[in-house]
Amino acid sequence: MAIELKMPALSPTMEEGTLAKWLVKEGDTVAAGDVLAEIETDKATMEFESIDEGTVGKILVEEGAEEVKVGTVIAILAGEGEDVSAVSAPAAAEEAAPPAQAPAPEATQNAAAPAAKERADDPEIPAGTNMVKLTLREALRDGMAEEMRRDERVFVMGEEVAEYQGAYKVTQGLLDEFGPKRVIDTPITEYGFAGIGTGAAMGGLRPIVEFMTFNFAMQAIDHIINSAAKTNYMSGGQMRCPIVFRGPNGAASRVGAQHSQNYGPWYASVPGLIVIAPYDAQDAKGLLKAAIRTEDPVVFLENELIYGTSFEVAQLDDHVLPIGKARIMREGSDVTIVSYSIAVGIALEAADELAGQGIDAEVLDLRTLRPLDREAVLTSLAKTNRVVIAEEGWPTCSIASEVIAICMEEGFDHLDAPVLRVCNEDVPLPYAANLEKLALIDKERVVAACRKVCYAD
Amino acid sequence: MAKASKTSTTKGKAAPARAKAKPAVSNEDPNFALRSLQDALDKKKRYTASEEQLLHFYKQMLLIRRFEEKAGQLYGLGLIGGFCHLYIGQEAVAIGLQSALDSDVDSVITGYRDHGHMLAYGIDPNVIMAELTGRAAGISQGKGGSMHMFSTEHKFYGGHGIVGAQVSLGGGLAFAHQYNEDGGLCLAYFGDGAANQGQVYETMNMAALWKLPIVFVVENNQYAMGTAVSRSSAETEFYRRGTAFRIPGMKVNGMDVLEVRQAAEIAFKYVREGNGPVLMECNTYRYRGHSMSDPAKYRTREEVQGQREKNDPIERLKKELGSAGYDEDKLKEIDKGIRATVADAADFAESSPEPEPGELYTDVLVEEY
Repeated sequence: MAIELKMPALSPTMEEGTLAKWLVKEGDTVAAGDVLAEIETDKATMEFESIDEGTVGKILVEEGAEEVKVGTVIAILAGEGEDVSAVSAPAAAEEAAPPAQAPAPEATQNAAAPAAKERADDPEIPAGTNMVKLTLREALRDGMAEEMRRDERVFVMGEEVAEYQGAYKVTQGLLDEFGPKRVIDTPITEYGFAGIGTGAAMGGLRPIVEFMTFNFAMQAIDHIINSAAKTNYMSGGQMRCPIVFRGPNGAASRVGAQHSQNYGPWYASVPGLIVIAPYDAQDAKGLLKAAIRTEDPVVFLENELIYGTSFEVAQLDDHVLPIGKARIMREGSDVTIVSYSIAVGIALEAADELAGQGIDAEVLDLRTLRPLDREAVLTSLAKTNRVVIAEEGWPTCSIASEVIAICMEEGFDHLDAPVLRVCNEDVPLPYAANLEKLALIDKERVVAACRKVCYAD
Repeated sequence: MAKASKTSTTKGKAAPARAKAKPAVSNEDPNFALRSLQDALDKKKRYTASEEQLLHFYKQMLLIRRFEEKAGQLYGLGLIGGFCHLYIGQEAVAIGLQSALDSDVDSVITGYRDHGHMLAYGIDPNVIMAELTGRAAGISQGKGGSMHMFSTEHKFYGGHGIVGAQVSLGGGLAFAHQYNEDGGLCLAYFGDGAANQGQVYETMNMAALWKLPIVFVVENNQYAMGTAVSRSSAETEFYRRGTAFRIPGMKVNGMDVLEVRQAAEIAFKYVREGNGPVLMECNTYRYRGHSMSDPAKYRTREEVQGQREKNDPIERLKKELGSAGYDEDKLKEIDKGIRATVADAADFAESSPEPEPGELYTDVLVEEY
């Protein structure tokens, strides 16, 4: 029986890749464990091993082919005694098999990220500026590299940031350019290196401390809050702590409850911290540069699921965005969807769908969670009179709760409907694909909430 | 790649050695490396101080003693609130160590029992006492209190209230010294209680791995709050606890300022030569409770009295001065002067105004957004 060799998924979020190189040719005999091909993902080149023995019958996808979907049949392996020449591609082989799990948000957002219509308070991007496509991870890397070139005091430390080039490849290339003095691999010791980073900031340096994910920063949260956030106040303004704690935050894909949590509300509740959670690449870069420059400690929350997503980024020498300013991602008049981080993509998709239903939604990306841009929320509320918050995180004591309080306290007279929040379900994130999907915020729920506050049903 | 960094570094500077750390496995006798500084101390236990230095140490230790007694008194009067941890009995540790620092570059960090370390720097007792009473003139403008005091001018980085946190932060200060190649070292104090915190060992590992210029000082005052070291620690010889990271240890009599100073000379030299960290255990004793609200029922009155009578660091130095022919009356004059200084500090702390209500909102963040 001929065996179909399919394009493998080499990470939880991979959907397609480049078939970089075949290491076997038609007619070759292979054993289990032999490397058949090299496959490039957006993060790395991986070897694709055979798990069966047999003879390579037909190679269906030539080397160098890009954007090969996971599940596509790339070759046929003839089993023992089979006639290799008789083995041919099955009819279905040309088409990508549907992935077993629900598509990760990455894919859908790729398509749905429209350019902003207006950039409130952001520095002007001069007309005619060249725009380039950059993934979120490249933009973050470029932001760090620019600041490291600008200021000798800036350095990066964390697990696998240097020689491994970053667990999620966000620090790719930094070691080559800046060397081991400024790009520092730490042992797996979050509490310790968060403390060392914080102390180095107190001692006059500008550390960027990468957490492999913010889930692991739970081990270090004492230094983020008790040491970094409070010392300036406790010292009557003597002690500075200009540090950036950054890394992926929020639910990834199928990694279970301990690796899937949004810490935005946790850190945003702490006076003395700046908390930034950008959505697109341009904001991520401009805000990361601002975070590195500010004298205050910053928690910079990224999202793994959009690291590989490409966005338009202005090619400017030094584009620094203001901290504490929200951005209108899409203008609308009927309802405001307030959001941040990955949920902005979901909000934009929802707005597109609502547009087809005659509801004109405005999408506001908070970008900074602390200090929160109350004015932007209230201005939009005054315009649309209806607010829905879309947040990839738990509902209880959330950013959504805070926005609701702001709307109640300061925007009550403008409200035509109760403010609704659309968040994840109030449960630890489950592993099973169907349960995970049920637990996470999605476009449908955002659409339904918007229709509800517009009394459309 | 594995070039030994000991000889290749600039003299007096701890240059970055991260990429060129020595291989973990070595053929040298591990006991020698770990005990080499102790051996050096055993050869010559006490620092040879000039009369002027002796007198200076005496004055400083006495200032700490009198200051702390006064603080205890003000606490009893309700003028100092919250937690207040007195340094009485431990004076020789801060004075012996900090007198050996290069005040232009070196940094110091400690926990919440921090009054003595500040006074050891010669920081004005008025602003320290005013911080204890929560006044605007306090060194942290009344917003830090006893446990949270800092002087960036003196490179004194606190004053930290979370047990053990200052050790990692101290690792960061040492990292900055190395990064900036300023030749400085960090002196990071912690207690026998903090010595059981995990982050202390996380920091030791990185400090040894990267050869950070840091001296870890365990001020072993025998009790972590109310728990005697033997009840909390499997290894009560704290100077040995760096062994797992190949950090040389030193066991020092923290009740003798000259022994502490001698140990400091040895340890600082080693660290400044780029060899990485040292772990120094200073055995000392606090006469008072853990904090003002601790009646210290976990030890006997006799035990405390025994320490006071036989081991007191100030009495020891007083005798030393006496046998050096220093006039008893002059010492009395010194005591009188210090009492006056402390009384003035108390008056200042009591009479100076509280912070303006508007100060509630200042210094939360440095920048405006």
